Amino acid sequence: MNIHEYQAKLLFKQNGVPVPDGYLATNPTEAEFAMRRLGTEVAVVKAQVHAGGRGKAGGVKLAKSPAECRKIAEAMLGMNLVTHQTYPDGKIVHKVYVEAGSKIVKEYYLALYLDREQAGVGIMFSTEGGMDIEEVAAKTPEKIVTVVVDPTIGLQGHHIRQLCWAMNLPESEQKELTPIVRNLYKMFLKYDYSMLEINPLIVNDQGKMFALDGKMIFDDNALYRQKEVDVFRDYMEEDEREVTASKFGLSYIGLDGNIGCLVNGAGLAMATMDIVKFYGGKPANFLDVGGGASQETVTNAFRILFADPGVKGLFVNIFGGIMRCDVIANGVVAAAKELGLRVPMVVRLEGTNVEKGKEILKSSGLNLYAASDMGDGAKKIVELVK
Amino acid sequence: MSILVDQNTRVITQGITGKSGEFHTRLSHEYAPRFVGGVTPGKGGQKGVSDLPIFNTVHEARAKAKANASMIFVPPPYAADAILEAIDAEIELIICITEGIPVLDMIPVKKALERSKSRLIGPNCPGVITPGQCKIGIMPGHIHKIGSAGIVSKSGTLTYESVGQTTAMGIGQSSCVGIGGDPIIGTNFIDVLMMFERDPQTEGIILIGEIGGDAEIKAARFIKENIKKPVAAFIAGQTAPVGKRMGHAGAIISGGSGTAAEKMAALEEAGVTVAKSPADIALSLKTAMEKKRR
Repeated sequence: MNIHEYQAKLLFKQNGVPVPDGYLATNPTEAEFAMRRLGTEVAVVKAQVHAGGRGKAGGVKLAKSPAECRKIAEAMLGMNLVTHQTYPDGKIVHKVYVEAGSKIVKEYYLALYLDREQAGVGIMFSTEGGMDIEEVAAKTPEKIVTVVVDPTIGLQGHHIRQLCWAMNLPESEQKELTPIVRNLYKMFLKYDYSMLEINPLIVNDQGKMFALDGKMIFDDNALYRQKEVDVFRDYMEEDEREVTASKFGLSYIGLDGNIGCLVNGAGLAMATMDIVKFYGGKPANFLDVGGGASQETVTNAFRILFADPGVKGLFVNIFGGIMRCDVIANGVVAAAKELGLRVPMVVRLEGTNVEKGKEILKSSGLNLYAASDMGDGAKKIVELVK
Repeated sequence: MSILVDQNTRVITQGITGKSGEFHTRLSHEYAPRFVGGVTPGKGGQKGVSDLPIFNTVHEARAKAKANASMIFVPPPYAADAILEAIDAEIELIICITEGIPVLDMIPVKKALERSKSRLIGPNCPGVITPGQCKIGIMPGHIHKIGSAGIVSKSGTLTYESVGQTTAMGIGQSSCVGIGGDPIIGTNFIDVLMMFERDPQTEGIILIGEIGGDAEIKAARFIKENIKKPVAAFIAGQTAPVGKRMGHAGAIISGGSGTAAEKMAALEEAGVTVAKSPADIALSLKTAMEKKRR
């Protein structure tokens, strides 16, 4: 799960990580008053959407007076922000964050992440703040230092010293960085993050360090015990179909193709998209109905696919293990009868109760193509939507 | 021969009285009667599914039923504790089916494993099967056939797909291992590849990977230096968008790394026959086996 910048900054503030002062605004008047309350010469108006690359897309602007702040907010609110991280149709800006301008002397990069290999909390620090960290890693790896903390032992002073000395930090900055790293580490464990990034972490003209922008990704598996974080979830920022799907217990991701896929299992669902592409088609989605789906779940899955006007054909690919083919077949038939089958459909069934499933499809009288295997099915559906 | 499980395996189910635990214990035990009991705290002394004795703790199950393997179906909030209990009771093979365990809970588990003699498969995996001898997990038993392909996979349904294809082709399987799709898992590709290399029944290996992380890249390096047997592979997620979690918690491309393309290239470079289409997995193994023979 992702959250907004203003929410991330609130969490930073509550947990002892310094951030510049700022206020959220949902209309131009609020934005104007936000700058008055800040009382600074310069304020930064930032569009609150779940995507990086806002600056280049016009989602971050400087205001030199409350009146200007109002004007900027007026233009920004309701605009469609298209960045390299949004879908091509962009994201509507519903809120802006008005933040006190900072005099930036230096920019660092600091991130905590789950290290899969060593099973620990990785801490990455770099002198190249404000840049794309992947690019820094590729071009100047000597400007990045990483330590991995074993949480069963805990964060030690030497971990922080390693970060500081590897980057030759002056002692005044070491004193600033140390509590920030300690508090971030505590946050990482407390809120079940998979990634917690500050970019840039700035040093201002007073020698103080602040988190100027924060990105947080939470472990979805742990949301059940993170009530405090779960309330930050902004459904308006998420794909409507993905939200509906998750309510039905389905795993769905919308893509820009025209062949709707309905599959059991995450691996097979990905492979189904791949094979559609392999035969020259374009998948409209990733959809995993899970291992123990009921007939109702299958019908709901169809409802989501049918609601997508971009879908010109359907490919059902099931390898029934625990999932029985007759259950899927009944779901297919029920959904097609209830919602009406307006596009061609190819069904491939394999595994538990496959004969029963095929019989149900055959006797339903529905106009569909029964594929003999995954390759045959993919070829056929690509042909049918052409 | 086979790997990990055979006719001498003595299995218990942790969470045997839950709906899934009960169902899959019954199916696994019907496939091959290797189950000797189950654990549900508070129900010790009762009889469970398939008339198996229930114990209150894993320690008790180990002592009284001489269990050496455990299949875990405990719900996500308590699953890490269940794995740690099995490690503490010195169960040799622990197979955790549970999906959705918070990743941070798995860190102490991984550290405890390093200091123990136990091996963990999973979590979030379909389990392990040696056709004709022992099935521990949720895979449909009837699609398997005793044979010579060793299958190791991050994905459940793609394992079934590979099994279905190798059965149809008459190759069959020596053992199939689902290592799970989570970021932190007990056993990785390399561990299983080494076991298959040493197993005389296994004549060829199928590796099924997916986007996210770099386990497949590491496996490719390992294959190049250590595996003499023919290997075929498929990587799921060639069409996956960046930054989206594709069902499995570990299946996410971050910052342009972990893509299918880079994994496929690394495997090909290591001499592995990589299937472009998931319908050609068994065919690729056949090609790889013929290539090695020449």
